[in-house]
Amino acid sequence: MAQHYSSFERGGRRWLLQRLTAVFLIGVLAFHFLLLHFANHAANITFAGTQARMSQVGYFATMWLFLVTATFHGVNGVYNALVNQGIEGTQKNAVKWVLVVAGLLLIAQGTRVALAMNGFL
Amino acid sequence: MSQSFNRGTVEDFGRWREFSAGMWAWIFHKFTGWVLVGYLFTHIAVLSTSLGGDELYTSTLQGLEALLVVRFLEVGLLAVAVFHILNGVRLLMVDLGVGLEAQDKSFYASMVLTGAITVASIPTFLGGPLA
Repeated sequence: MAQHYSSFERGGRRWLLQRLTAVFLIGVLAFHFLLLHFANHAANITFAGTQARMSQVGYFATMWLFLVTATFHGVNGVYNALVNQGIEGTQKNAVKWVLVVAGLLLIAQGTRVALAMNGFL
Repeated sequence: MSQSFNRGTVEDFGRWREFSAGMWAWIFHKFTGWVLVGYLFTHIAVLSTSLGGDELYTSTLQGLEALLVVRFLEVGLLAVAVFHILNGVRLLMVDLGVGLEAQDKSFYASMVLTGAITVASIPTFLGGPLA
């Protein structure tokens, strides 16, 4: 049987959160692609159309959760991949905080964008 | 299984001809993950034009969509996302202990399905108004 490889320490909190966000992202990423490339062609996207979608509370909440979970999943994935490559000590700590700050900035900017899209800003 | 975990051979790329399906799955999942996280930051940067008003947002998105190279990059993005999703489902199954005996076959199935979905999506991505 083929061997099992993972960049995560199995059973840890980062491992569990990575799996839980993955389950949510599988559905939402597929929905996002289908809606904005197949149901509506990306070439026909306008601010008015985006605003109409983002004005629906359920859609807005789904997209905002998509932003937060995708950011966490991506940043946590990068961190674990680098830990897996063998970074330690100061390097590991520096990478951790750079990724935490980058993730928080992305969520903050994404939230501003979402609020501009629904007409709040 | 986790007790036979041995990354050393995965990272020794000189031995790529000897890599098993699980090693390729590990490498492709990592590569597609890096691409997707890079795209996420780029995507929010492009969508930030919405902060500059209706016209800027619409003209930026439609201007990008008018470029043929962007359409091809979107096909590539879909391929990367579909593989990451399908192999992600495979990883969840492996972690849950479901179908461990077939994890090689499920990797090949992920590759074939990614290829089929990507090819099938090309008319949609290349369709629609171009410059």
